[in-house]
Amino acid sequence: MTDSLTFIGRSLRHSVRSIDALLTAILLPVAIMLMFVYVFGGAIESDGRYVDYVVPGIIVLCAGFGSASTAVAVALDMTTGVIDRFRTLPISSAAVLTGHVAASVARNVVSTLLVIGVALLAGFHPQADPLDWLAVAALLLALITAISWLAACFGLIAKSVEAANAITFVAAFAPYLSSAFVPPDTMPAGLSWIAEHQPVTPIADTLRALLLGLPVGDEAIVAIAWCVAGIVIGRLGAAYLFARR
Amino acid sequence: MAYTIEAEGLTKSFGATRVLEGLDLGIEAGEVFALLGPNGAGKTTTVRILSTLLMPDRGSARVAGHDVVGERHAVRAAISLTAQEAAVDGVLTGAENLRMMARLRRVEDGRQRTHELLERFDLADAADRRVATYSGGMRRRLDLAMSLVSRPQVIFLDEPSTGLDPRSRLAIWEAVQALADDGATILLTTQYLEEADRLADRIAVVSDGRISALGTAHELKSRVGEETVELFFADLDALATAEARLGGGGRGDGLSLRVPAAGATDLRRVLEALDGVAIERLELHKPTLDDVFLTLT
Repeated sequence: MTDSLTFIGRSLRHSVRSIDALLTAILLPVAIMLMFVYVFGGAIESDGRYVDYVVPGIIVLCAGFGSASTAVAVALDMTTGVIDRFRTLPISSAAVLTGHVAASVARNVVSTLLVIGVALLAGFHPQADPLDWLAVAALLLALITAISWLAACFGLIAKSVEAANAITFVAAFAPYLSSAFVPPDTMPAGLSWIAEHQPVTPIADTLRALLLGLPVGDEAIVAIAWCVAGIVIGRLGAAYLFARR
Repeated sequence: MAYTIEAEGLTKSFGATRVLEGLDLGIEAGEVFALLGPNGAGKTTTVRILSTLLMPDRGSARVAGHDVVGERHAVRAAISLTAQEAAVDGVLTGAENLRMMARLRRVEDGRQRTHELLERFDLADAADRRVATYSGGMRRRLDLAMSLVSRPQVIFLDEPSTGLDPRSRLAIWEAVQALADDGATILLTTQYLEEADRLADRIAVVSDGRISALGTAHELKSRVGEETVELFFADLDALATAEARLGGGGRGDGLSLRVPAAGATDLRRVLEALDGVAIERLELHKPTLDDVFLTLT
């Protein structure tokens, strides 16, 4: 535990000191948010106001995309000699990954708060009560943690930093094939089947229901199950992969 | 007696490449031991196995009384590794790197120790600069300082001075010497014969994944040949006179004669015998570890 704290301190310092990466991580989600509301928003109609439909989806996109950058941070770290030093210490050296994941969570909490703030300025009208907001925070935290751990696995598998970057594209595109931006029943049959069975849809639907004060259905359980599965598989996988490298 | 570092029949292959082919080692407590060999001889692989980073295919090794495969944790508590590539965190400052190691090594009063090491390795002025801005020599010194935060019992140094300028190299050598004086057991690898000669109590020449020769620098040199003196003369007459008085010797290129001369007494005897003969200049030839290296590998 002490070691995890040490490594969390290290990774946070890394985050804060790579200014360009930090700005990308925090400002890119805001830019995506503005693009959807002001560029696409006018052209896309849904049965309510599009901004209310799309903001929960964008929050998921931003959280996922930002967390996926953990893969790059881990891959970059694995190319440096200091990792061998950590490995020869009498500690659980996978704690270095806990540091990466914790720093990723911290970065993405900041960028998610910023995205929500900008969304409010852009006309997003959430109807959530405090309990709903608490549930929103918990679900987003679980999502960010799950994707960060899975991305850490990918960063360990990737042979290079460039390869590790590929996972951020998966995270950036998966929400398009979900209910995040348009209802799946508007898609062709094959695509709508994919959209209805991939994890982004229940997570985006749950988030939307919570934020708009709509009734939350079974999709919440599916959403939580996906996040918990992601955290467990990612955490165990990362420890295994780290030991094997 | 029990060795502090011992290895028996270590073998290791990477794919079809056999890197170690039954390497044996026995290093005593407090000894400075050098593995000397060319690139690809298996030096780094040996160090990585002994420092628990790699598992041997066959054979076994114990460090500080613990098995490097079965009791990794105990081995890691006793050792520190300074690998070929400086194992420092470039984003952090020098002082932050040392404090991080102090926390991970559970060193009491890490700040005091950090301060001490920064002074000792001449890094105090750069303590609060990011390591990415350090020169190669500074990185290497910080690297060594990070290895010493916890005063390890066994220290592995993989090519500690490769790529350093002469001044940084000297600083590293002095640091290693000081560690040896403190009683640490040190295994270092090097391609530089001068480095092994200067630092190590015993030297093992590694070639093709085995120890091909083992001994003190002196012993290894004497296996290759004796010391000689080469005398250069102005003309053939002087050369012939000298040859007659010394009872032979090997003629070198041009007007020179080469005779055995191990030490000052021998040399004086030679020069006294040549009293009155004009010697232009003389050269002493000691077998170097270079000769050892080229002869034995």
